[in-house]
Amino acid sequence: MSSASLASSAASDTPTYYDDLIKKFVIAAAFWGLAGFLAGDLIAWQLAFPVLNLDLEWTTFGRLRPLHTSAVIFAFGGNILIGSSLYVVQRTCRASLFGGAGLGNFIFWGYQLFIVLAATGYLLGITQGKEYAEPEWYVDLWLTVIWVLYLVQFGGTIVKRSEPHIYVANWFFLAFIITVAMLHLGNNATVPTLFFGGEFTKSYIVWAGVQDAMTQWWYGHNAVGFFLTAGFLGMMYYFVPKQAERPVYSYRLSVIHFWALTFLYIWAGPHHLHYTALPDWVQTLGMTFSVMLWMPSWGGMINGVMTLSGAWHKLRTDPVLRFMVASVGFYGMSTFEGPLMSVKAVNSLSHYTDWTVGHVHAGALGWNALISFGVMYFLVPVLWNRERLYSLRLVNTHFWVSTIGIVLYIASMWVSGIMQGLMWRTYDSLGFLQYSFIETVEAMHPYYIIRATGGLLFIIGAVIMIYNLWRTARGDIRDEAPIGLDTQSAAAE
Amino acid sequence: MDLMTITELARSAWVVWLTLIFASILFWAFRPKNKKRWEDDAMMIFKNDKGDKGGHAHG
Repeated sequence: MSSASLASSAASDTPTYYDDLIKKFVIAAAFWGLAGFLAGDLIAWQLAFPVLNLDLEWTTFGRLRPLHTSAVIFAFGGNILIGSSLYVVQRTCRASLFGGAGLGNFIFWGYQLFIVLAATGYLLGITQGKEYAEPEWYVDLWLTVIWVLYLVQFGGTIVKRSEPHIYVANWFFLAFIITVAMLHLGNNATVPTLFFGGEFTKSYIVWAGVQDAMTQWWYGHNAVGFFLTAGFLGMMYYFVPKQAERPVYSYRLSVIHFWALTFLYIWAGPHHLHYTALPDWVQTLGMTFSVMLWMPSWGGMINGVMTLSGAWHKLRTDPVLRFMVASVGFYGMSTFEGPLMSVKAVNSLSHYTDWTVGHVHAGALGWNALISFGVMYFLVPVLWNRERLYSLRLVNTHFWVSTIGIVLYIASMWVSGIMQGLMWRTYDSLGFLQYSFIETVEAMHPYYIIRATGGLLFIIGAVIMIYNLWRTARGDIRDEAPIGLDTQSAAAE
Repeated sequence: MDLMTITELARSAWVVWLTLIFASILFWAFRPKNKKRWEDDAMMIFKNDKGDKGGHAHG
């Protein structure tokens, strides 16, 4: 590499990297990921066969659904985000973690405690009832402490960096950390009933009515924008170039991508409240900014995919890279679909239907989970100091099993959601609604089975990955034929 | 014109200020003088470093 021209400090004084800490985050991500996928597939089967809720309050859809969303977003996504950001910031700043392993371990265990407190609360019926912000006030306060410490550790490492430039992945991670802190505080401004002689586990938000709805979706959409997008883009900007062994397609584009995303995302929340009591101009504002988001989203997607420009043959032999590139492809697809669904006319058909659920999972399974899997496949051999993964063929199997699972999921939800929306709005010749609600539910039954089957494939893929990573960590190498040796380009390498 | 009036006037034109800030970011990104700098920054993750390489097919 021509990195010699970058000069600065010599490679000999490499700082100590706290990799044992990153290992813990990777293990936690694998564990919570599997738990969250299982919870999700269970409630998917419950929708097809309601008897599976066991007729117990703790296992009803209403309580397991936030368990699923929190487990996959905050437990699986959160652990891999914090872990990979702390990995990347050390390497790109050429500095060991600010606060050291002590602070890092406190953040790790504190974050796991947050997950356990939130999850057990849901099962017992303790919830604020705000989507993606269900934990009650005392869990919110604990998370605030942990999150600020995370900001201190990440930011402190940047401050003490020995590299002059802050690599762009860190900009995305920093935007993720700061914005999530701001959103969390704004949307959880609650007053515990404890102060007025009420229960410990109950609070009320200070915003009321439509202001509360607006704050909720300002939070909710920017959780998508900064937790599930900016944070994971931080991963993309480091791990895709690393795995492809080529610099990002255009660093200049990544700078524009970052600022455009930051400027636009924060305004898009109102598209969750079309045709509600929210003022019409705010709805139109949300829609307009959502449509404008097409530009940075696709700019970023092109930047990630084109990083392989001139090295496409690597996709044939490297299934880990395939995970990363497919994830960026899903990012492009779901960020095309999202603005489309935010257009009021489309939203009048899509809102409250399964189409939304399908869209979310195109992003969550296709983009967030696939890039996380790619990052975990990258990190485990490095962190456990192994020559390579246990089996690249198993990575390939995982890739196809989970991709087919995703396709079953989103395709069935497109059909089901659009059908549902059309059935809801069909009138007969006398102006009465053509279908009763239960008829739409019956019509969705076969699609619910297809969706749950797709989810099952995704879980099988995750189990294959965990087995592969476990054997890798143990230092085993599977005796297998290399991938793609029958092709010309692989022979040329 | 007191300070309040000026503040209100400035606040009402927020979209202009944000556009100007964003335009200067674009100028900064596209400035030919910075081209080399971006290319170097993109390469910095490949500086030889202990144990941050791996996980790929061709060790």
